[in-house]
Amino acid sequence: MDERLTRKLRILADAAKYDASCASSGAPKRSAGRGGIGSTNRIGICHSYTPDGRCVSLLKILLTNYCLFDCAYCINRRSSNVERARFSVQEVVDITIAFYKRNYIEGLFLSSGIIRSPDYTMEQLVLVAKSLRQQHGYRGYIHLKTIPEASPWLVEQAGLWADRLSVNLELPTDEGLKSFAPEKQAGTIKAAMGQMRERIEEAEAERRSFSPAGQSTQLIVGADGASDADMLRTTANLYDRYALRRVYFSAFSPIPDSTSRLPAKAPPLQRENRLYQADWLLRHYEFGVEEIASATEGGMLDLEVDPKLAWALKNRARFPVDVNKADREMLLRVPGLGARAVDKIVRARRHTTLRLDDLKRLSGALKRSLPFLIAADHHPGGSTDRADLRARLVQPAAKQLALF
Amino acid sequence: MREIALQPGADLAGFRQAVRGLVADGIPPEQIEWTVAEPSLFGAEPAGDARSDAPPLRLPRPVAELVEEVVPHRDPERYALLYDVIWRVTHGRRGLLEIASDPVVHRLELMRKSVRRDIHKMHAYVRFRQIETAPGEPERYAAWFEPDYFILQAATPFFVERFRAMRWRIVTPIGTAEWDGVTLRFGPSGSRADVPSGDAFEAGWTGYYESTFNPARANPKLMQQHMAKKYWRNMPEAATISNLVRSASSRVERMLEEGPTVPTKRMPEGALAAMLEQAPASLAELNAIIRSSGPLVPGATQAVVGEGPEHADIIFVGEQPGDEEDIQGRPFVGPAGRLLDRAMAEAGIDRKDVYLTNAVKHFKFEQRGKRRIHAKPTAGEVSHYRWWLMRELELIEPKLVVALGGTAVLALTGKQVPITRARGPAKLLEDFPGYITVHPSYLLRLPDEDAKRTAYTAFVDDMRRIRDMGRAARSRVAAE
Repeated sequence: MDERLTRKLRILADAAKYDASCASSGAPKRSAGRGGIGSTNRIGICHSYTPDGRCVSLLKILLTNYCLFDCAYCINRRSSNVERARFSVQEVVDITIAFYKRNYIEGLFLSSGIIRSPDYTMEQLVLVAKSLRQQHGYRGYIHLKTIPEASPWLVEQAGLWADRLSVNLELPTDEGLKSFAPEKQAGTIKAAMGQMRERIEEAEAERRSFSPAGQSTQLIVGADGASDADMLRTTANLYDRYALRRVYFSAFSPIPDSTSRLPAKAPPLQRENRLYQADWLLRHYEFGVEEIASATEGGMLDLEVDPKLAWALKNRARFPVDVNKADREMLLRVPGLGARAVDKIVRARRHTTLRLDDLKRLSGALKRSLPFLIAADHHPGGSTDRADLRARLVQPAAKQLALF
Repeated sequence: MREIALQPGADLAGFRQAVRGLVADGIPPEQIEWTVAEPSLFGAEPAGDARSDAPPLRLPRPVAELVEEVVPHRDPERYALLYDVIWRVTHGRRGLLEIASDPVVHRLELMRKSVRRDIHKMHAYVRFRQIETAPGEPERYAAWFEPDYFILQAATPFFVERFRAMRWRIVTPIGTAEWDGVTLRFGPSGSRADVPSGDAFEAGWTGYYESTFNPARANPKLMQQHMAKKYWRNMPEAATISNLVRSASSRVERMLEEGPTVPTKRMPEGALAAMLEQAPASLAELNAIIRSSGPLVPGATQAVVGEGPEHADIIFVGEQPGDEEDIQGRPFVGPAGRLLDRAMAEAGIDRKDVYLTNAVKHFKFEQRGKRRIHAKPTAGEVSHYRWWLMRELELIEPKLVVALGGTAVLALTGKQVPITRARGPAKLLEDFPGYITVHPSYLLRLPDEDAKRTAYTAFVDDMRRIRDMGRAARSRVAAE
């Protein structure tokens, strides 16, 4: 790989890194055909981790960071003075194949600044995916960014080659979008999401392939004035109306060459983490968005305790829960019990009566659960209702957790 | 006391054979001592006292899977613990594995988890390096990897599925796996020196790794939870970690200190205005786009776009091109098209005056011998093409839209409608009057001549009404 190409790769990776999504999950299981390379499994693989603790799964790059749009939060906005570069379609294809063959990556995540027109840009992105599939018999993962301002027929083509499509909403409220991203419109973004949802569902029903790993989006945390409750309501609405697989949260991070309109401070990583936890409750723990919102203060999630614990502390009348008798739904509400631990409890208690020693082998965070559950040899007594329960459960130094 | 000596490594075959004999002889776990033999130069020998004539043992599938997954572990107690579970499962506790809180099950599950993790990390962290080959020869790659457990056999089929077209070998301290494009073979262990010391893409990859790191989020502890230090020495990108961590905070401070900048570029007004005029402004532009896009249904030699005057009064929408249309690249030139021509001519419509197009622009077919048999596009496939059809209508602004058959109605309205009942003038779209009739290919498919004749007469009647409606609409517009 020559120096000029490496230099471009550095610029265009740097320009793409503020997109939090890196997942290579959700594609159907595929393996390489004769004479081809590439496979996918359901969960994806992280091939490396950078010192920010984030996974490197896909080659996440922009086709170009030249851009006609001027979104205040974006490092690539047209008014920024960052160094610019542009890959040719062939260069992206070649780097992807070379990296893939060396087992550096699980696939490609390609996005781009808007050059010439949204249609032209989107055509180039589609062309990369199509060349990988057709010329190289490549069956690895491809995630393409959909440019919502592009003509709808380009989305129709993108989904034929990509495993996942995404449009980033970035700001949870229409006002935020209007004020920080003058060229973007919430209506256009949502129309594209709606179109993708229809096609994805039709293809599933007809057993054809169209973006089989679904669609996702990203919201920026801490760039505008939106509260956590705003973010979560938008999130729940997106899951509901557009059947998104994932909503990613990206803490607004200082960028070189920033604009004076946005806060220059450390990224709100703890807040981002709590939002991910709340999102997890929405998707896997059968929590309603208003239930989570009811456990916020002024719309903001508690930074010291996780949202499930925050909810439990405000709903103590529902506890303690008997692990040997309670429904699965109620067990999922016990702080510290994860979905996997709950499944193990439900299976094991068919054969035996669970005691604390048993629970220690089933759950990794039992200490936090103790005030909220009953086992054969354990009853929390009055501790569920103690006034200082929250203080006793706050972890000393709230730790930064993983992005998935 | 029985002593069972198994081969070093993951001796699944030896363990299976021993278990069969032990269960057949009714030997309980506490009377067995499991040991691992010295590596034998002469291959696997019968495992200790185990009988080789014992009948196969039927275990519940989850137990068999647990055995397979735990045997590659290094814990010397693994065979004894597995036998303990097998003994209990075969003595009245079939559901034992469901009790994840059982201390032995718990320990075995932890071992299984470690083995799975080790396999997963091997899939993730193997780094191939290209071996020089003569021009024209297939590309060859090699990697050195150090797994924690005896997972070579379990972990390498993954690389076959992924890198089928490559020739590769993975060298480890517990053996070598080699893929020649046809067969996966296992051989003796090797050393790091068996693999090239570098690769032409490692500098580029390392550059990517450095650039994708965001110093404002530095969290090396979290990184190490996922990617323990022991892996670093075999990953080219890891050489940059210490420097990235060391410089992170000063890089962030600099960004915060430097603060906002003043844009040096002028406002690209011309480019911004041009950007908004991307929609195809003429049929020629639209058709060029359709032609250059690949088929959205499988098959097809080329796109077949609409044909006729730019501002025709009447537009006929069919289903999709057929075999002849696909070859010629023109709509309605096959048998159904010729029948339509005849009916239009009888009704006094000149084909040259109307616009003919299809809902789907590519031929979808099933190959049967030498023949390509028309295959009906699915509703989803019809929607893929809908945007182009709508743009055609916007550009042509016809006075009447004629839907020929069900697929055309579906494309125009998004709804499935029974044609026989809906036949005649119909509201297909908000902006244009519509008319529904059958597709001419329907007439060709009718089995007997009488039915064909009657249907054809009715079709010509439809054409006459269409002609009249077209004329009326035009004179109405002219009067306005």
